[in-house]
Amino acid sequence: MVEALLFVLMALGALAGAVTVVVARNSVYSAMGLLATLFSVAVLFVVQLAHLVAAVQVIVYAGAVMTLFLFVIMLIGVDLSEAFDERLPRQRLWVGGLAGLVIILAGVVTVSGEFEWVPAAAPETIVESTNGTVQAIAEPLFTEWVLAFEATALLLTIAAAGAIALAHFRRVRV
Amino acid sequence: MVASGWYMGLAAALFTIGALGILLRRNALVMFMCIELMLNAVNLTLISAGRVMNDLNGQVAVFFILVVAAAEVVVGLAIIVAIFRRRATASVDELSELHG
Repeated sequence: MVEALLFVLMALGALAGAVTVVVARNSVYSAMGLLATLFSVAVLFVVQLAHLVAAVQVIVYAGAVMTLFLFVIMLIGVDLSEAFDERLPRQRLWVGGLAGLVIILAGVVTVSGEFEWVPAAAPETIVESTNGTVQAIAEPLFTEWVLAFEATALLLTIAAAGAIALAHFRRVRV
Repeated sequence: MVASGWYMGLAAALFTIGALGILLRRNALVMFMCIELMLNAVNLTLISAGRVMNDLNGQVAVFFILVVAAAEVVVGLAIIVAIFRRRATASVDELSELHG
């Protein structure tokens, strides 16, 4: 019952935030909408016992990444992104038609009952095996996936160096 | 317990909204935020699928996606800032040098 209530509230929050990202004319509002979605999804992670991932989501995404986004929005200028006109009437028509088609298709597939979300679904969840605490995540992370872990460490170093190289902009004298 | 199909449906809706944003908006920053939105929808799918299948590897995959997405944001925003310095625009329609 608690999970159902939390799900409804957080789903509404996530959807409202997502719509705000797309619809808002001011990019700061878009960033705030994305923040709302990230927080709502983090709560849904906790509801589904993914504790570590939820914490990482809030700290890395809602903290670091959104700060970076807001920095760049301030750097580029808020009023400028509002100024240019975004009128794509034909494209909107096409996208609307496509979205309607996909919704109808999904509805038909769901109603006809031929579709299973997870084919190998277990009948009931065993809490012990999916409780994503730090210890539980660390065990496969440092045994089975240790190579991927090292590769992401390398990737982060390369990304940091690449960002510095891109940002270090020498003004070309012509 | 909420059936995991609802979580998957919510994730599908979030992904669709993000894809619509990519198609409809022309501001590079907003398009980038829509990519983050789609990544988050996929994360939600992986977590709920992992719970249904009693497998912790879904959460490990989400962990990796979060890390790679952070690296992607750093490089992507650096590219947007570099383009803005050169062209003074954040609209992707203006960037048509490679147009045939």
